[in-house]
Amino acid sequence: MNELTQVAGQIDGASFILGLSAIGAGLAMIGGVGAGLGQGMAAAKAAEAVGRQPEASGKIMTTMIVGQAITETTGVYALLIAILLIFVNPFVGMYQAFLTAMIK
Amino acid sequence: MKEAETLYKFNFAGTDYSIINEESAVAGFKNETLYHINIFGMDFGITETINNMWILMGIMIILSVIIRISVNKFNQVPKGIQNFIELLVSGFTDFTKSIMGEKNKKFAGFYMAMFLFILASNWAGLFALRNPTADVATTFALSLTTLTMMHGFAIYAKGFKGYLSHFFKPYAFLLPINIIEKVTPGISLAFRLFGNILGGAIILSLCYSLTTWLINLVLFVPLGWLIGIVIGVSQAVVLIPLHIFFDIFIGVLQSFIFVVLSMTFVAREMEEEDHEEHKEKEFLAE
Repeated sequence: MNELTQVAGQIDGASFILGLSAIGAGLAMIGGVGAGLGQGMAAAKAAEAVGRQPEASGKIMTTMIVGQAITETTGVYALLIAILLIFVNPFVGMYQAFLTAMIK
Repeated sequence: MKEAETLYKFNFAGTDYSIINEESAVAGFKNETLYHINIFGMDFGITETINNMWILMGIMIILSVIIRISVNKFNQVPKGIQNFIELLVSGFTDFTKSIMGEKNKKFAGFYMAMFLFILASNWAGLFALRNPTADVATTFALSLTTLTMMHGFAIYAKGFKGYLSHFFKPYAFLLPINIIEKVTPGISLAFRLFGNILGGAIILSLCYSLTTWLINLVLFVPLGWLIGIVIGVSQAVVLIPLHIFFDIFIGVLQSFIFVVLSMTFVAREMEEEDHEEHKEKEFLAE
């Protein structure tokens, strides 16, 4: 096998992994659904509570925001995984390390 | 720095033009080493994060010194800057009391400093500085402070034996779960702040790169400079609301949430045992 086909093969493999990483990043963001639903539920309950007790709106607001922040964590984890897959490309590096190990 | 690669070339009116890819989307993520410092033969690469953090720290230290000097003589009846500072400090102290309890109001000073630092680094994006909080290192440093305080003040409040016995609290076989429970708050705190700020920074840099790309594209059309000016002005209409949302709103919200959660974790670690002891004493007294 000459060098050119080797390089071409590497590029194909790497770009294949890049494409799959992009799909994986998109799939990871499905995790945002849960965070959105949770935050919406918290906001709905807070609106109900303010409707029932308008004088306690300040305390309800603080509690709602803190609760939503904790709910948001799963969505942020999904976002981080998507960012890692798109910008850091860990699997391409792993693939190239595997290839160099194979050549040696 | 990586050289900008050419996306495509074309010929217009006898001259060659090339459209280059500026990689602005990645610029939101990249954290470049700006310069190197040599201390005792050790080489430290100073990244953009550390550089911007030093700028913010310098500004905040100078501001606080100026405020301290100008409020040197405390008046019985506050006015001017002293009024504002008293409002700020007493407001934060009340807030700390409402979350951590009356006896822990001494934490207000530390948490106000933490809040102002996180707020400043979240708003750094408004002054074209890369947010120091868009780096895992900064957020993990902040959350490790919280973790250290959690465990340190737990030992301080309950004694070392009480602290250790808390790991076996409901049942002894729950030890691994208890250990995980004591570490995860730090990880989730750090990643929440980091993910929110980094996500905002990436979205903003994507929008900037979109308008740059559009202007690059449009400049080769006849009278393109006119359309370019229109796009450049309309950038303000699109990007100012985005800056207001991602920098100002999310910045305040996330720094507030970080501080509130940090307070809650520390206060919870300090109080839990007290209540049980209190109940036991009440029970024995009866």
